[in-house]
Amino acid sequence: MFEFCADPASLAGIEWLSCYLTTGKHMGLYWAVGTVLLLLAITAPAALLFGFGGASAARSHFRPLSWFGKGYIAIVRGVPDIAFFLFFVIALDQGFEWIRHQIKCPDWDQPIRQGNDFIVCAAAKLPLSSSPQVYHEIYGFFLAVLTFAIVFGAFAANVLYGAMRAVPHAQMETAEAYGMSHRQAFWRIMVPQMWVYALPGLSNLWMVLIKATPLLFLLGVEDIVYWARELGGMKTPQFTDYPHADWRVWYFLALLVFYLAFTHVSEIVLARISRRLSHGQATLAGEKQRKGPRGRGKAAA
Amino acid sequence: MSCWDTIADYALRSQGIGERLLPRSDFTLCQQFTLIGSGMIWNIYFGVLALVSGFMLATGVAVAKAHHQLWLRKPAEWFIFVFRGSPLFIQFFFAYFLFQSLKAGYPFFGAFTAAWLGALLVLFLNTAAYSAEIFYGALMSVPKGDVEAADAYGMSGWPRFRRVIWPTMLRLAWPAYTNEAIFLFHATTLVFFSGFPASQQRGDALYYASYFADKTFNPFIPYPILAFYFILLTLTVIGLFGLVNKRLNHHLPKDRRAKIRLRVNLIR
Repeated sequence: MFEFCADPASLAGIEWLSCYLTTGKHMGLYWAVGTVLLLLAITAPAALLFGFGGASAARSHFRPLSWFGKGYIAIVRGVPDIAFFLFFVIALDQGFEWIRHQIKCPDWDQPIRQGNDFIVCAAAKLPLSSSPQVYHEIYGFFLAVLTFAIVFGAFAANVLYGAMRAVPHAQMETAEAYGMSHRQAFWRIMVPQMWVYALPGLSNLWMVLIKATPLLFLLGVEDIVYWARELGGMKTPQFTDYPHADWRVWYFLALLVFYLAFTHVSEIVLARISRRLSHGQATLAGEKQRKGPRGRGKAAA
Repeated sequence: MSCWDTIADYALRSQGIGERLLPRSDFTLCQQFTLIGSGMIWNIYFGVLALVSGFMLATGVAVAKAHHQLWLRKPAEWFIFVFRGSPLFIQFFFAYFLFQSLKAGYPFFGAFTAAWLGALLVLFLNTAAYSAEIFYGALMSVPKGDVEAADAYGMSGWPRFRRVIWPTMLRLAWPAYTNEAIFLFHATTLVFFSGFPASQQRGDALYYASYFADKTFNPFIPYPILAFYFILLTLTVIGLFGLVNKRLNHHLPKDRRAKIRLRVNLIR
């Protein structure tokens, strides 16, 4: 990256480090941090959407829909989440290919599962085997996002379901007394009020989501865990300008610190949001704010 | 080959007893059930030992965090922060490579690079941190009246802690601690997917489930089997912890007893 990096043999100390940390492969590591952040940015709203759908389904008066919603919430609880990650990535991929296979190749007569193989016609492959590498990577990332959204959607559904039930019943009764329909009362009364009850659960979920991002590695995405293993491994003079011993422990220490900082910053931000949201609410936290520091002092005494 | 033969061959495969080669083709349902079940031995081993040892450390850390002296409180806070603030997955990797590099200097650490000890140590510290936070919360909500009553009886120091504060703390913490236990068992599936190698293919339940999924390219059989085993394990944990909960609450009038409620799943 820097000009003095052209001759690695002459380098020492901080110059060497600055060269070492800006090699092309290290840039891959920094991009991977971006991948993780991108995953979080896409997954969080998607999971919230799935969660909202699941929670509304669980509350539905239509029985099968309510069973579906409750089943969705319940199933992720009893089983290790990592099993879901491994399951959904293959299952979704095969599901998509199977649907495309049904549409694109209706006159295909062989079975799809032949022994240990899953065979669909060439036109149904996702992504097409002729498409460039970048599409394969995007598709892999898309599958990972969808998997994360499904699993975390179930957690979010659980939180939102509880939050919907925590909205005081009198509020809904009042809405009906004003002549609102079920749908109106749901959207105008319940949904705006439920967030303050959902926030503790959702912020917990956000922390959990951050801590789940290294699992991207298991889903075959080249994320920070992948690069930490690659870069930290033994380097010999034949293959690189910067030979070094096994440094993976330092790379993973860096990751550890990165995640600690990330969760710590999130904690601070979430505490602020929570303070903002409880402003003027009829909850203990809101009451505390209304009374100000003096009220707090009294409570402590 | 009948199913009984398969069970005889593979039921203890995860411990290295029985048939050496894993099945390679023509997988039967019986093979998948047996091998994944055999892997559960590791999950139970990690879960039970980490839980029992972590419980003791957690009590100590929670008490230290509630202590008024800074030199006791700060280390406890940092311990909890480090293990709760970072992903367990990264902790496994870090610990594995740490033991690897320590092994070069001190052969004593050789055993720690194997999963049975190294991963157990990580799980032990991790669950101790999570449980300590739960216990600390419970310790903070021990009713003032209980402590005052103990004072009035002339108890102080260790007897007061042992006979009044600690049982109440446990009683208050138990529902949350049950959740922690369940998710600890779930977390044990991460062991063989992080740095720790499964030597001679002696892996846990998820290791074998993903082995079958990779070989057959059909995730719809091994993962539901795994789910079945884990739901069974979860129910057992709930049952056992429910018994303890009953014991902890048996002096209270019926309507004040704490019920165990399952809460949202936690990934570490």
